[in-house]
Amino acid sequence: MSDPSIETVGMDSLIVRLFDSIDEEHMPWMLAADHALREAFGEALIDLVPSYTTLLVHYDIQRLDLQAARARVSEALAGLTPATSGEGQRHVIPVWYDVSVGPELERIAERLGVSHEDVIARHCARDYSVFALGFAPGYAFMGRLDDELATPRLKTPRQKVAAGSVAIAERQTAVYPTLSPGGWNIVGRTAVALFGRDREGYSLFRPGDKVRFEAISREAFIEQGGDPTPLAERGDTPTEAQT
Amino acid sequence: MKGLIVERAGPLTLIQDGGRFGVRHLGVTQGGAADWVSLGWANWLLGNAPQAPGVEITVGGLTLYAETSATLALTGADLGATLDDAPLAPGTRFTITAGQRLAFESPRAGLRAYLAFPGGLDATPVLGSVSSTVRESLGGLDGQGRVLDEGDCLTWAGTAGAERTLPLGVGTLPGDEERVMLALVSGAQIADFSGTSVFEAFNTPWQVDQRADRMGVRLTGSELRYLGEGMVSEGIPLGAVQVPADGQPIVLLNDRQTIGGYPRLGALTPLACARLAQCQPGTEVWLTPVAAGQARNAHLRQLACWR
Repeated sequence: MSDPSIETVGMDSLIVRLFDSIDEEHMPWMLAADHALREAFGEALIDLVPSYTTLLVHYDIQRLDLQAARARVSEALAGLTPATSGEGQRHVIPVWYDVSVGPELERIAERLGVSHEDVIARHCARDYSVFALGFAPGYAFMGRLDDELATPRLKTPRQKVAAGSVAIAERQTAVYPTLSPGGWNIVGRTAVALFGRDREGYSLFRPGDKVRFEAISREAFIEQGGDPTPLAERGDTPTEAQT
Repeated sequence: MKGLIVERAGPLTLIQDGGRFGVRHLGVTQGGAADWVSLGWANWLLGNAPQAPGVEITVGGLTLYAETSATLALTGADLGATLDDAPLAPGTRFTITAGQRLAFESPRAGLRAYLAFPGGLDATPVLGSVSSTVRESLGGLDGQGRVLDEGDCLTWAGTAGAERTLPLGVGTLPGDEERVMLALVSGAQIADFSGTSVFEAFNTPWQVDQRADRMGVRLTGSELRYLGEGMVSEGIPLGAVQVPADGQPIVLLNDRQTIGGYPRLGALTPLACARLAQCQPGTEVWLTPVAAGQARNAHLRQLACWR
């Protein structure tokens, strides 16, 4: 870890910057900082939002002024040691990979000059780290993908991406927890619920977790409660395409 | 249970409280009343906690029918409210009698009116708040985040406190403001903008654009130039002033995404966000730098008004 910086970003918020680039190797430090900051702020913490390289600390100004908040951050970071590996949970996510629910399976296979099966095998071949949650409740940014699978976002985002859609953008992968707009390449669908108000902790994935995808058949997907309705066409209209 | 029945819902009528906290690390947005100061005063008029659940009425179009009599409070924008056709000015505590109708037409000043109920509106908190976030399907009357709809029934469980009148000049929109000044705590990537851009940010007028909602408000004016490198997404505070590649800033409000990767000048104070949330498209606004400590003092003074 380089020297962390503490940056003012608003009346009641600080950014704690630990790194400058995205790397799985950073996760144990990020997790340790998350725990230490929660502990140091205690009741004075309103929200703590970790991202790839930073943590946003939103503190209670009725309890702390800026100097006191900075002091709490320094206190938390002093003597920080990386969290031991294996602290995050491991998840295996069954996915039905098919062009009907994952149209870009075709785009990626074509670009690489390989079969759909090859693309699927590569997506399933490694554990991905959860770097950050954001965009929507329970939406986890995971990586890093096999270099060759890296695919730019769609030029025109879809207005509707089905819940459970498994997606790829650049060297990251993710699963859409709920129906939402989205510009990532969709390659399949899972029946696993990612976010629920009745779930302990609400979100299945947490930063630092490891996720592996596993290909299953259409039958197995439906048996698990999956909805096989084909993905709606992209929301691009001739007007939008012109602009 | 008897209450107020929604006869006409309007385009965007939402149940809001102070917001949803402690879950932003899961990607859940903050939510809450966009003009939290007006909601606070409406609640104060009834003796409620400042963040008690109320109704945020955006641009009007709402009609409520009273099945039962009640003491309510109205603050914020002037949306041409009437009580059985008699004009009802914002900034008042009033009684609605069973059989009467409370209606909101269209904005005369401001955008969002707030209606408070004795003890706060009844709704079950979801993830700690009743704030309605349509995009996330969280909060509101049904817990699924939807906007108020025809036939919905608004109920409350408390009783109104002792009669109160608002101090002069609060709870309504300032009508005679020469300039709308929005206080900004500078920080984040401000050092990576060109010197000219930083000067122009604080010394040229900005227009509130049509593209404005609870997620963010776009401002148009001078083109701001960011000279830094591409950013990795990071957490975004309320009021963050982000500048995408076109150089036109967007002020991120209550329903913003939790993380993002555009460079920022800093963030408007929560008081300035409340003011901006009442600015109609076309309004001229000015950004003015404020130290974090000074902003904190102003904020604490506002909270002290409600003790």
